[in-house]
Amino acid sequence: MTDTLARPAAPAPQPAPPARVRRARRRTGPVAWVLRVVALLYVLGLVALPVASVVQHTFADGLAPVLEVLTSEDFLAAARLTAQVAGIAVVLNTVFGVGMGILLVRYRFPGRRLLSAVIDLPVSISPVVVGVALILVYGTTGWFGPALQDAGVRVIFSVPGMVMATVLVSLPLVLREIVPTLEEAGIEQEQAAQSLGANAWQRFWRVTLPTIRWAVAYGVVLSLARSLGEFGAVRVVSGSVAGESQTLTLFVNDSYQEFGPDAQRAAFAAAFVLMAVAVVLIVVIAALRPREETS
Amino acid sequence: MTHDSGGASGIEVRGVTRRFGDFVALDDVDLDVRPGGLTALLGPSGGGKSTLLRIIAGLDYPDAGTVRIAGRDATFLPPQRRSVGFVFQHYAAFKHLTTARNVAFGLEIRRRPRDEVRARVAELLRLVHLEQFADRLPSQLSGGQRQRMALARALAVQPEVLLLDEPFGALDAQVRKELRDWLRRLHDEVHVTTLFVTHDQEEALEVADEIVVINQGRIEQVGSPGELYDRPANPFVMAFLGPTTVLGGELVRPHDVEVLTDARAGAHEARVTKLLRIGHEVRAETRAADGSTPWVQLNRVQVDELGLVEGGTVWLRALVPSPVAGVAAPAPVPA
Amino acid sequence: MSLLDLLDRADRTGTTASPAPRGRGRRPGDLTTGAGIGLGIGVLWLSLLVLLPVAAIVAGAFQDGFAGFWASITDDEALSTITFTVGAAALVTVVNAVMGTLIAWVLVRDRFPGQRVLEVVIDIPFALPTIVAGLVLITLYGPSGPFGVNLVGTRAGVVLALLFVTLPFVVRSVQPVLIDADREVEQAAASLGASGFTIFRRVILPTVTPAVVSGAALSFARALGEFGSVILISANLIGETQVSSSYILKMIESQEPVAAASVATLLLLVAVVVLVLLDVLQRRTARRD
Repeated sequence: MTDTLARPAAPAPQPAPPARVRRARRRTGPVAWVLRVVALLYVLGLVALPVASVVQHTFADGLAPVLEVLTSEDFLAAARLTAQVAGIAVVLNTVFGVGMGILLVRYRFPGRRLLSAVIDLPVSISPVVVGVALILVYGTTGWFGPALQDAGVRVIFSVPGMVMATVLVSLPLVLREIVPTLEEAGIEQEQAAQSLGANAWQRFWRVTLPTIRWAVAYGVVLSLARSLGEFGAVRVVSGSVAGESQTLTLFVNDSYQEFGPDAQRAAFAAAFVLMAVAVVLIVVIAALRPREETS
Repeated sequence: MTHDSGGASGIEVRGVTRRFGDFVALDDVDLDVRPGGLTALLGPSGGGKSTLLRIIAGLDYPDAGTVRIAGRDATFLPPQRRSVGFVFQHYAAFKHLTTARNVAFGLEIRRRPRDEVRARVAELLRLVHLEQFADRLPSQLSGGQRQRMALARALAVQPEVLLLDEPFGALDAQVRKELRDWLRRLHDEVHVTTLFVTHDQEEALEVADEIVVINQGRIEQVGSPGELYDRPANPFVMAFLGPTTVLGGELVRPHDVEVLTDARAGAHEARVTKLLRIGHEVRAETRAADGSTPWVQLNRVQVDELGLVEGGTVWLRALVPSPVAGVAAPAPVPA
Repeated sequence: MSLLDLLDRADRTGTTASPAPRGRGRRPGDLTTGAGIGLGIGVLWLSLLVLLPVAAIVAGAFQDGFAGFWASITDDEALSTITFTVGAAALVTVVNAVMGTLIAWVLVRDRFPGQRVLEVVIDIPFALPTIVAGLVLITLYGPSGPFGVNLVGTRAGVVLALLFVTLPFVVRSVQPVLIDADREVEQAAASLGASGFTIFRRVILPTVTPAVVSGAALSFARALGEFGSVILISANLIGETQVSSSYILKMIESQEPVAAASVATLLLLVAVVVLVLLDVLQRRTARRD
């Protein structure tokens, strides 16, 4: 469902006119005041205050206990696994997104619209359903279970399954970013390159890819945010064994469920790390957006 | 100029047909573009001229027929193997590359030595008067500059033929006029076989050595600008190349009509309905006895000498016989 | 634009489907060998990743025939979780439609200090991992929260979590429409004597409605399948605060794949319906432009 993330959103407010002109032109009326206060209180109560209180809660006992959690073996193992799974998933989705995006925009073939719809499907369904679906195909009792077992390949409760789950929940993010850019750029630059002697490979590297580079970067950041934070789908297919198949989000959940002060602290420290990464990624996205528009 | 004018080569199109669904864009078209010439493909929009150009460039393929470029069968060669330079109406500039890198593109693809590329790019930028803009991005250039860059880029790889698709269509009137003169002069220097598409008859008449009039997927006439204007093969060509009016059932040019103040042999009586002054020129609209409404192109001096007034009666006579005499009612004049 | 112009344009962009030429030439839009291979790999990848698993869900649901499916979704626990989840999602969708439009309006039409910060805060629910979102809400609205309000284990808590994760949908869908909206139409209405409320009802509302509906549909689908942000605050009380995703997980972990697949199929169906609805809506809006 994160596909709305992919929409060009949050346009920067237009430059405001000089203060005096502004005041003369638009006096904030009572209705506008009410709307403004309602909007601010809603967002404050729902998002801003809770987020701030987590930061406060995490550092309630100072920095030392937090650092202790962040250097613990389980945390580091979870961080490594998260990086590994998210990294592979982002690479796969980038290759898939760029390739399929070009195919969908530049070529005409039967079933094109259906294909496009199928790509959107996984992000529109519950991550738990995504996980269960993978189990039903690749689990030990699933369709391919026996065959995979014979081949000695373990998918579910192992890294491949976690990667598949993560790929699914962020499947269209790169693609949905580059499709509008490709459509807007049109086909003429590529045709010009072709008449200048460039073959398909040269056209891709020298013309198409530079044209969509900011859209790709934006899509990669979005996929990364989604992949690092995925919980439901990974929870279903991972088994969540500490130090083995536990990602950071699972670490947060499992620690919190343990209900001890130490475990609580671990949950909050890891949550803080994930939150900090999320905020950094939002800032990167905000920085990428104007470049994408001007390029 | 390093361009080898001796190697200039023609284009030979035979029996080319191209359909889009039920619509026939090109219907069994034969065309010869002579080596080293500057040829215009002129016609109304939707008439098939762009489709023909794109088929020659390899950006589209015919349903039937063949295309030969420089004596080689190119019908199904991909564009990159045709040795064709193509200039798009909207420039198709590589937006992420500077002017110099745009021009160098084809040479870099061909892995030419760096020094050669640099020298060739500098030479071309001089030719198109963009040497000060070498390091600018396309977004920092005007429309006319971008189109000159696109031309330099197409010429850089020394194509056998240069194809231009409405090259000045996206530019405003003033720049358009300048670029026309400039293209004419450039061609005199470079001598590469050039075929350009336009729907502007003035542009074709002014720039080209030879004009190919194409309409509804068929070639109507091929000839020099003078031939086409003076001896159009049919009413469509006549109407497309300049103003026409119907006098006594014949299609004539409004400036080839004599205005008389008394009845004479072969003259048609008409009443002046309106005198429209456009600067020095005067457009005299009339209503003839047979109900037709011929108009005549005059100037102020002539109007004063003849003492024409709205409502007055005149006699109109064609100065030259209609080039399309005997041909039935004219085709509607395109805007 | 005339038909001929359209055809000419179609010709340029290669959007006119036409039979491949008899020779070896490729028209723009025709698949090349390379593109064909790429498409094949892409479709294979999608089949392994999406189509087969989705088919497995549906097949699993109907493994014991329609009766099995029906029994699974009308089971007491399943029925109560489905009713609760759909109800909560619907409530959240309505709140979002109103509040999202309001917030979008304030972001576009109002000017005040700190607006940029508000813009960034709106995006946080999208970027924040859902499990962290749950933790975040518990800190403030849980047992040790500063306000003394404990929503853990309550339906209100679940709704709060759903509101949190779906906050940006309507805002981000309505915002660009409001930015593009022609202010002159409103000014024209005002010059014709329309009051502020009339302008809102007759001019602004019709303009933003498709965007509100599409944002609301997305937030409904998301709320229906939400899991991570809900599990901590809901405490997963059966018959009370258990959402469908939790139920599916519980069923698959207790080796009851038919029960899990049946409810999953139901969620899948709703997601497909929402996607089709959005597609129709987008097509209709595109036509109107």
